[in-house]
Amino acid sequence: MAMTYLEAVRETLRQEMRRDARIIIYGEDVGVRGGVFRATEGLQDEFGEDRVMDSPLAESAIIGTAIGAAINGLRPVPEIQFADFIFPAVNQIVQEAARIRYRSNGTFGVPIVIRAPYGGGIHGALYHSQSIEAFFAHVPGLKVVMPATPYDVKGLLAASIEDEDPVLFLEHKGAYRSIRGDVPDERYLIPLGEAEVKREGTDVSIISWGMTVNSSLKAAENLAKQGVSVEVLDLRTIRPLDTEAILKTAKKTGKVLVVHEDNLTGGFGGEVSALIAEHALFHLDAPIRRLAGPDVPAMPYAPSLEHAFLVTPEKIEAAAKDLAAF
Amino acid sequence: MADVSEGLTPEVLMDMYYHMVLARVLDDRMWVMNRLGRAPVVYSSNGHEATQVASAFALDRGHDWVVPYYRDLALVLAMGMTPRDVFLHLMGRADDPNSGGRQMPAHWGSVDLKILTTGSVVTTQMMHAAGIALAAKLKHEPTVAMATFGEGSTSQGDFHEALNFAAVMKLPAIFLNENNGYAISVPARKQMAVPDVAARAQGYGIPGVVVDGNDPIKVFEAVRAAAVRARAGEGPTLIEAKTYRFVPHSSDDDDRAYRSREEVAEAKKHDPLVVFEQELREQHLLDDAQHKAVLDRAKAAVDDATEFADTAPDPDPSTLGRHVYHEAVL
Amino acid sequence: MAKAKAKGKAPAKKSADGGLSTERLHEMYYHMVMARALDERCWVMNRGGQAPFVISGQGHEAAQVGTAMALDPTQDFLCPYYRDLGLVLAFGVTPREVMCGLLARANDPSSGGRQMPSHWGHAARRIITGSSPVATQILHAAGVALAARVRGEDTVAAAFFGEGSSNQGDFHEGLNFASVHRLPVIFVCENNGYAISVPVSKQMAISSVAARAAGYGIPGVEVDGLDPLAVYQATEAAVARARRGEGPSLLDVKVVRLTSHSSDDDQRSYRPAEDLAAERAQDPLPRFRSWMESQGIWDDQQEQQLMIRIKGEVDDATEFALASPVPDAGTLLDHVYAP
Ligand SMILES: Cc1ncc(C[n+]2csc(CCOP(=O)(O)OP(=O)(O)O)c2C)c(N)n1
Ligand SMILES: Cc1ncc(C[n+]2csc(CCOP(=O)(O)OP(=O)(O)O)c2C)c(N)n1
Ligand SMILES: [Mg+2]
Ligand SMILES: [Mg+2]
Repeated sequence: MAMTYLEAVRETLRQEMRRDARIIIYGEDVGVRGGVFRATEGLQDEFGEDRVMDSPLAESAIIGTAIGAAINGLRPVPEIQFADFIFPAVNQIVQEAARIRYRSNGTFGVPIVIRAPYGGGIHGALYHSQSIEAFFAHVPGLKVVMPATPYDVKGLLAASIEDEDPVLFLEHKGAYRSIRGDVPDERYLIPLGEAEVKREGTDVSIISWGMTVNSSLKAAENLAKQGVSVEVLDLRTIRPLDTEAILKTAKKTGKVLVVHEDNLTGGFGGEVSALIAEHALFHLDAPIRRLAGPDVPAMPYAPSLEHAFLVTPEKIEAAAKDLAAF
Repeated sequence: MADVSEGLTPEVLMDMYYHMVLARVLDDRMWVMNRLGRAPVVYSSNGHEATQVASAFALDRGHDWVVPYYRDLALVLAMGMTPRDVFLHLMGRADDPNSGGRQMPAHWGSVDLKILTTGSVVTTQMMHAAGIALAAKLKHEPTVAMATFGEGSTSQGDFHEALNFAAVMKLPAIFLNENNGYAISVPARKQMAVPDVAARAQGYGIPGVVVDGNDPIKVFEAVRAAAVRARAGEGPTLIEAKTYRFVPHSSDDDDRAYRSREEVAEAKKHDPLVVFEQELREQHLLDDAQHKAVLDRAKAAVDDATEFADTAPDPDPSTLGRHVYHEAVL
Repeated sequence: MAKAKAKGKAPAKKSADGGLSTERLHEMYYHMVMARALDERCWVMNRGGQAPFVISGQGHEAAQVGTAMALDPTQDFLCPYYRDLGLVLAFGVTPREVMCGLLARANDPSSGGRQMPSHWGHAARRIITGSSPVATQILHAAGVALAARVRGEDTVAAAFFGEGSSNQGDFHEGLNFASVHRLPVIFVCENNGYAISVPVSKQMAISSVAARAAGYGIPGVEVDGLDPLAVYQATEAAVARARRGEGPSLLDVKVVRLTSHSSDDDQRSYRPAEDLAAERAQDPLPRFRSWMESQGIWDDQQEQQLMIRIKGEVDDATEFALASPVPDAGTLLDHVYAP
């Protein structure tokens, strides 16, 4: 069935909640209003106020209590209203959820899935636009999932909920309504840590994750018309990371462009590049290139500035073309 | 109204007393080990024993959860942790049930004893107790979750968020503040502009109770009342036990820098061990011979634990990378 | 009309006009009406596709203007939040500046078009830049007050926030810090009963945010936020206390939210129509107007003149902003660090 990215989130949550009575959802405005993006619309009607709850406006409490609830046998899927508002809960995520298994020598675990809408291009300005993955990809014990398509949303969200460890599930706000795709009715799982080649090509490899995969695919399509064959690798999860798939595509085309919306310095693109440099250097025909948001604190509001920040299909196309000609 | 002192039979009182003594003797031994260079760091429950032991006894142990902090040696002993476990933890041995030698000493945790693993960052545990209570409520289980924390930790945002969350959702949680008047060197008056942590309960619409933390019976009654309330679906309680820490914050601290010897000596007059010993003697539950028996028993357990941990194996360095994520049981 | 229910220290008894001259009362009304008119224009621009985002202060005007007028724009500091249009206007921000912020023009004094509208900030007007994550400004106000004390200044800092935001850890840490150090700060909760769709009953188990003051040993005062004079008096008392060095106060100012949370929200999906109508009937603007009329200090003619004046200023502000340049994309990298 064709549906939007947002519908895929909602329908997966519904299917999972029907399957597993341990799943609860809570966060700000997720109940009656069904979430500010409507990702949980109708779920309170179906599952009741106990399983779909409006929580007080307090992110540290949302995550901290989810940790306790998970340890006491539930499968909480808390929502952070915007990824930008996850920072009050960083202590609970990084120093508690991600560390509890290790610090207890494997005796306690925290199976929670933190859903958070990220990304810009929606007039959200500095605090409703951020890509936050690099902060969290740095944290062992946490998993970071960033689907690009409705199909992947479903398989990855279900797999995240089944996972025994804390997962940060980042949904791109721009994708919610603009990205559509076929999603099978039946339940399926996409293992965390498996990248997917979303388009085969031979001249240049674009490696990306989340929304910029879609922009990269658009760029690749345009480049194909110009005789440039681009392979697009979607990492889908950046921790765990599918290093094999990264090295494979790098070796195949010998030219790698890493694309992300998060700002450049210390971004996850650095990790991908280092990996290739370490393990596939002699297969490269050109220096690795990174295309990312500029090093400003976050995305500004004014359309002129917002557009200047964004990593667009046009910018990707230009960068890939440049690289192909190297 | 349930009788909150129900269950305080002579045997139970003596058992409480034994655990208080055991905690003290064990604690003293840990300092010895530290001064001998055998334990890098020690955090004490010294002075807090009445509060900790009595609060554990007031719970349904084995069923209810505690979410402790580093000060809670006596609490975890009363929950069922053994002196051997404590010493394995102190010395960072492989068989340390709390963390397999990964955490600093006094970072308690045991699935079997329903003691939630704790980190070093203060006050995070209050949230976890609220979360355990949330799950209990949604699962319709009569479980209570009790978090403990120092008064300094009540200045953290997590204190506020946890109390508010538990109050608005009427969760079966107990928040037990062990107010010893100091956060390392900082006295409570520099921590808050109110004399009682319990006053903060008003901001959440829950009861705030002050008890004498040196009196195990008072603490038992307060915690039992809170547990009854929690199980009845009436929500959380904030209990403030006024106590004192007789030793420095940790083995790395020297409390002479921030409090006078007179102040400490004055506080020691209300040493919970002494207070409770007198009480038991007055009730004719304890005489000299029994007193000696209790001490001997505690000392023997501590000797055994010391020896046991001394020869226990260290963690294998090859296990460094384990338990970052769930390991499927093969 | 003015009534402040005090928990803790009661404000000094004042006459019904709060001791304000007729001129000041007119000024008060002007700011309230201006805030409303500008706010309404913002929605028109939004529905017309010229402004992607609007977040309103409608229903909060009496609370905001009442507090502002009890503060001193020449020495006090504001740490506002996104609803505080009336507050910043009364502190000297101009309608033109507001409209330049709405349309994200290069000359928007808050952020040069970088932040969303209503993220107030104005160095010259002593308004400290705010962000979107709620409640952070409470700590900034405590810090401003700390600096004022250390520097020996007579400054009071005022932080504004919603009741939902009072559940953030930062609220607790800010109030605790300020009360321990007896800092000259006032904490103003604009309590409109909703945090987007979540009613206060799901936010906290108490009926008054003022009850939280007991946990910090400071006065907590419930105020009728639909009455600018009640707000003025309660604020005046809190400010005087702060200036005397007696520490902070918490005001729980009960207001109504007459619009949806923002232009991206539709409150009819979570609030019954009767509630919305009932709130509408409590609009602070007509209430203050009829009070002034009852005092013989306002009449229809004055009202008409005011409306003409306000419309002129709002039109001017709109035109000015529309004609103002948008930020140059070349400035994207500016101001990451000090020059
Ligand atoms: C968030 C955080 N900040 C600072 C510390 C360092 N620290 C450890 S214990 C402590 C004092 C805690 O005092 P209190 O809460 O009163 O507990 P007590 O030790 O007195 O029982 C501090 C500051 C910490 N562990 N966590
Ligand atoms: C830390 C944080 N979490 C979530 C949000 C999203 N958000 C913006 S306003 C709001 C509701 C605020 O309600 P309240 O504090 O009552 O203020 P009001 O808007 O009613 O004036 C929420 C949840 C945010 N801005 N910051
Ligand atoms: Mg203390
Ligand atoms: Mg509100």
